[in-house]
Amino acid sequence: MGHLILRVTIKLLFAPIILFALYVQFHGDYGPGGGFQAGVIFAVAFILHALGFGIDQTKKALPPEILPWIMVVGLMLYVGTGWFTMMMGENFLSYDVIVPGSHHQAGQHVGIILVELGVGVAVASSMLMIFFHFASREPEVADSDW
Amino acid sequence: MADYQTTLSPILIIDLTLLALLLVCAVAMVRVRRLFAVVMLSGIYSLLSAAFFVSMDAVDVAFTEAAVGAGISTVLMLSGMLLTAKREKPIKTGRAPIAMFVCLIVGAALVYASIDAPAFGDPNAPANAYLGKMYVENNWADTQVPNIVTSVLASYRGFDTLGETYVVFTAALAVMLLLGIATERGGKKKLDARAMEAQARREYLEMQAEKERVISGGND
Repeated sequence: MGHLILRVTIKLLFAPIILFALYVQFHGDYGPGGGFQAGVIFAVAFILHALGFGIDQTKKALPPEILPWIMVVGLMLYVGTGWFTMMMGENFLSYDVIVPGSHHQAGQHVGIILVELGVGVAVASSMLMIFFHFASREPEVADSDW
Repeated sequence: MADYQTTLSPILIIDLTLLALLLVCAVAMVRVRRLFAVVMLSGIYSLLSAAFFVSMDAVDVAFTEAAVGAGISTVLMLSGMLLTAKREKPIKTGRAPIAMFVCLIVGAALVYASIDAPAFGDPNAPANAYLGKMYVENNWADTQVPNIVTSVLASYRGFDTLGETYVVFTAALAVMLLLGIATERGGKKKLDARAMEAQARREYLEMQAEKERVISGGND
């Protein structure tokens, strides 16, 4: 269990970090950012929670059993976009076919958002999975352990 | 070459300062034996390189470096460090001259090669002239995505990014397999309240059985 100041700060920061991750995720077309960064920032919010409140509290909020499923869902969102374009009769990941006949390349935008969402979901759950597995080995970290 | 020579501008001073700090960080990481300090220094190293990438106008790379290098890998290194020793073992210096010799040769070769490298931002450099130029020229007509980095990453090179996502996925899978997928504490004996209670009850029952055996043995 962390110190009081840490816990209050983490409670204040948790929601803005998640919001920033979503901004980075969906604003990647227009500014710096994208799925990888957003996924990492999303995972960092939960890692902060684990550092402040202890890993068991975080496991209650986000059960580690569902993380492998989310990892697969993220990857399948990416691959599924490719399969969809193939089923529409184009090459793998040729986004133009998603919205055919668009004058402002709407298919590209939709495809990029879907693919980036897949990357973000896969990266966030993978990072959390790695962190949970490392952090679960030692139940409590004393200050003298550093 | 003369076109790209600059005076000592503020940007150049910032770049030189950042590179000098990177060098200091790297030397400190080699010298320090405490692993906690090494992990913290590697986080600082990542943050400094992120600042350096910003000064080179590579904002997306800087963002990734700050989030992944300075943020999450520091935490992962710390949690990995908890499973191992806290201090680095002192190394034997028997083969140090050979290593020094190899490092000097490679370093000299790299410096020699850097003389021939194109200047930073040179439009005629091979990296900028052919494929890079094609992306910049065709991006708006092809995708209409304002951030070229995103359109190259997700549209022109969608296969690469799919491979990168597979790499992250595989890394998580490997950690799950190595540190234990089935048990909560990765194969280590877990002693939470319920397990301890069960163990105490088991010991108590064994003691009772032992007592009864002794009593019945005494009767015979």
